[in-house]
Amino acid sequence: MNRYPLWKYLTVAIALVLGFIYTLPNFFGESPAVQVSSAKATIKVDDKARARVEETLKSAAIGHDGIVLDSVGVKARFKDTDTQLKAKDVLEKTFNPDAADPQYVVALNLLSASPQWLTSLHALPMYLGLDLRGGVHFLLQVDMKGALTKRLDATAGDLRTALRDKNIRHAGLSREGERLVVRFRDAETRDKARNAIADAQPDLQLGEQGEGSDLKLVATLKPEAQKKIGEFALKQNITTLHNRINELGVAEPVIQQQGADRIVVQLPGVQDTAKAKDILGRTATLEIRMVDDSPGGLDAALAGNAPFGTEVYNERGGQPLLVKKQVVLTGDRLTDAQPGFDNQTQEPAVHLTLDSAGARIFRDVTRESVGKRMAILLIEKGKGEVVTAPVIRTEIGGGRVQISGRMTTSEANDTALLLRAGSLAAPMDIVEERTIGPSLGAENIKKGFNSTLWGFAAIALFMVVYYRMFGLISGLALAANLLFLVALLSLLQATLTLPGIAAIALTLGMAIDANVLINERIREELRVGMPPQAAIAEGYERAFGTILDSNITTLIAGLALLLFGSGPVRGFAVVHCLGILTSIFSSIVVSRALVNLIYGRQKKLTTVAIGQIWKPGTSATVNAEK
Amino acid sequence: MEFFRIKNDIPFMRHALKFNVISLLTFLLAVFFLFAKGLHLSVEFTGGTLIEVRYEQAADLEKIRGALGKAGFTDYAVQNFGSSQDVMIRLPLKAEQKADQIGDQVMAALAAEAPGGSKQRVEFVGPQVGKELAENGAMALLVVIVGIVIYLAFRFEWRFSVSAVIANLHDVIIILGFFAAFQWEFSLSVLAAVLAVLGYSVNESVVVFDRVRETFKNVRGLTTPQVLDHAITSTISRTIITHGCTQLMVLSMLVFGGETLYYFSLALTIGICFGIYSSVLVASPLVMWLGVSREQFIAKQKKAIEGMTDDGACV
Repeated sequence: MNRYPLWKYLTVAIALVLGFIYTLPNFFGESPAVQVSSAKATIKVDDKARARVEETLKSAAIGHDGIVLDSVGVKARFKDTDTQLKAKDVLEKTFNPDAADPQYVVALNLLSASPQWLTSLHALPMYLGLDLRGGVHFLLQVDMKGALTKRLDATAGDLRTALRDKNIRHAGLSREGERLVVRFRDAETRDKARNAIADAQPDLQLGEQGEGSDLKLVATLKPEAQKKIGEFALKQNITTLHNRINELGVAEPVIQQQGADRIVVQLPGVQDTAKAKDILGRTATLEIRMVDDSPGGLDAALAGNAPFGTEVYNERGGQPLLVKKQVVLTGDRLTDAQPGFDNQTQEPAVHLTLDSAGARIFRDVTRESVGKRMAILLIEKGKGEVVTAPVIRTEIGGGRVQISGRMTTSEANDTALLLRAGSLAAPMDIVEERTIGPSLGAENIKKGFNSTLWGFAAIALFMVVYYRMFGLISGLALAANLLFLVALLSLLQATLTLPGIAAIALTLGMAIDANVLINERIREELRVGMPPQAAIAEGYERAFGTILDSNITTLIAGLALLLFGSGPVRGFAVVHCLGILTSIFSSIVVSRALVNLIYGRQKKLTTVAIGQIWKPGTSATVNAEK
Repeated sequence: MEFFRIKNDIPFMRHALKFNVISLLTFLLAVFFLFAKGLHLSVEFTGGTLIEVRYEQAADLEKIRGALGKAGFTDYAVQNFGSSQDVMIRLPLKAEQKADQIGDQVMAALAAEAPGGSKQRVEFVGPQVGKELAENGAMALLVVIVGIVIYLAFRFEWRFSVSAVIANLHDVIIILGFFAAFQWEFSLSVLAAVLAVLGYSVNESVVVFDRVRETFKNVRGLTTPQVLDHAITSTISRTIITHGCTQLMVLSMLVFGGETLYYFSLALTIGICFGIYSSVLVASPLVMWLGVSREQFIAKQKKAIEGMTDDGACV
């Protein structure tokens, strides 16, 4: 009766092997590495960059333990931190010849030191949280109200233009809080205006107020439009943050949306919070200027004497361009930039949307300069770069500008991104900050590891002393549980934090409950005189319902923590929930498989080693294991 | 080895009333401390700044306080943390200061007056975040309670689910009472511990209730208190061993886990001790007062027979 079919043994064996393989990378530790990734959206790190890294290291006679290219960038491994630092300097010089204008991020990183075959199985070590590796964590609150008022102010300008274009006379247009109020003297004008506004601005919800000669039209943003603006602002802020954080040279920054209006920024290894904050809060600006294409001007400028009122900027490809100093438009006037296609030629293009004032200026400028080139510059930290310099083909009105020609689809995407990323869509405030020193992180790992180790050892020792063979089996099942849990966490690449380690320890402490239940049941059945084989079967069967019940109640608590917890509590909850699932499998299936292997084959089993069993009513105790 | 050599069922229920009075008194004491002293909430809930600084030698707290005072900070708390070299500085939220820069300002002040310290950890929490964390914590507690009541009512009977939840809420209040009475810091991880304990000690009650149900079904001629006594007695060995094992692990965290896990494991320790007590000596008497009886289980079994009429006739 205590025999498993072959497939059950195989399932257990396969689970154990998989558990072992995916736990394995955690033991290899990490080796120092240097990571080269792109600092700009327009620069792609590809096989060429990989070859360049290899060549650079070769020519500098620095030995490496392998160079890999992944979605983040090129990573080169080194034997020790000295070599790593040397390599970083060399690579920095090669990839960023102009230190003031870095094209690539060359950052120190740690890579899993596990062998290649493990990595190719996606067996990676657990991802350590900030409290274990040290670094900075920021929670930024995006001021959605700010984004909405910014948008409303722009809309107010658009409405003024729209009404003027249609010759509708109003008695004043202003923004009052989160709504726009347009005043009219008579109802007829108001009706006309209402139609005009509804046509021009589908995002607005219109209502009528007032009476007599003081008539008002109140416009508010539709809820869905508000939502869209909010989402857009958040997305743009995240993009902007990405670009800026690249400059910090952080190997694996985490920039994520949290909730409807918050952004989490985690910078592992960064200790200089002041610099990090400075970069997060900085604003970049976008400028549109005219290109000076006068013959000889550029050569003169390169020779050192630029014509009056002009200066030289580099284009994306690296070519110099002579640009007038006078600014035609700034990024404030740009409301959106999206990649797309030219309506007629189907060429990739970038569509820009300007606000009404911007549109007017743009129309005037383009009318006067057909055939000339205009440059779109991104200026950050006082340094500018020409994003693109298209030729003006015709007068452009209406505030919708299309940049096309000689662009690939991905270039169009990148340009749109760059244009959007120039500035933050909405102001942000830091609402939570956590800095953990690197030594504290290492200490936390040690503490967590020690707690788990000694706790586990104590439990296993007790179980063996108290339940003998069955105690040993329980201990092995518990070890299997730990194996599965760590493997699962590594496989899911869940972030391990100190509370997470505490949850591992606690889960192990609670998981032993299932085996205690089983063992106690078996003893009980033996006590009433049942033969050993039957007692084992009965013990497992009867304990099953109880184990399931108790695990489900614990799981309810775990899930509630997962739903409502944030930060450290979430890390705890994830591990706790996964631990409950793995413990059901290991304490019931794995331990049963072991018991079956050991006892199930013996036909005439008279005793089992489950420790001394005391029977009431007799003065002597019966020793079940001879 | 066998720890528990119990010949007859221990008459727990004979003393049910006494236990319940003791529980009620502990509970009221805990409530009293909660109201009188209140919880010492961590920065995570109240908002504010927390800075941990490590010195090479034993830190001079007076000097640090002086440095902070000179730099214009008020209402700061400076204390040792774990060892004499580690110092923890707490600053409340202030409207007039630019909150996200306090960490750097404090370090600058310390560098001038009490040099040699290195920043180990800075935590800043804005007022809104703190409020949300507190609200979410309360919400999580509520969901756990409701979830457990529903599950137990579905799996057992309403009497069991109500008693289990009352018993375990009593645990939670007592843990909170301890934290209030001794003014231990109540942080997010302590909250996680409290919720974990809630799930854990409910499962303790489940084990006892499982036995109660089984005994009602299988053994005839026992009164309700006798059934409860039998259920508790036959599970007591498992109860003590399981909790002992869990406590071994928690103890290990208490000893090796350092300052960060200290209050977490302390909350678990209290929770585990009171968890045993409450599931055995609070939940079971409550079930009895609520009037559990053999008929409630037998009737269910009979209904399972197909084609049976209301009066129990069966063809």
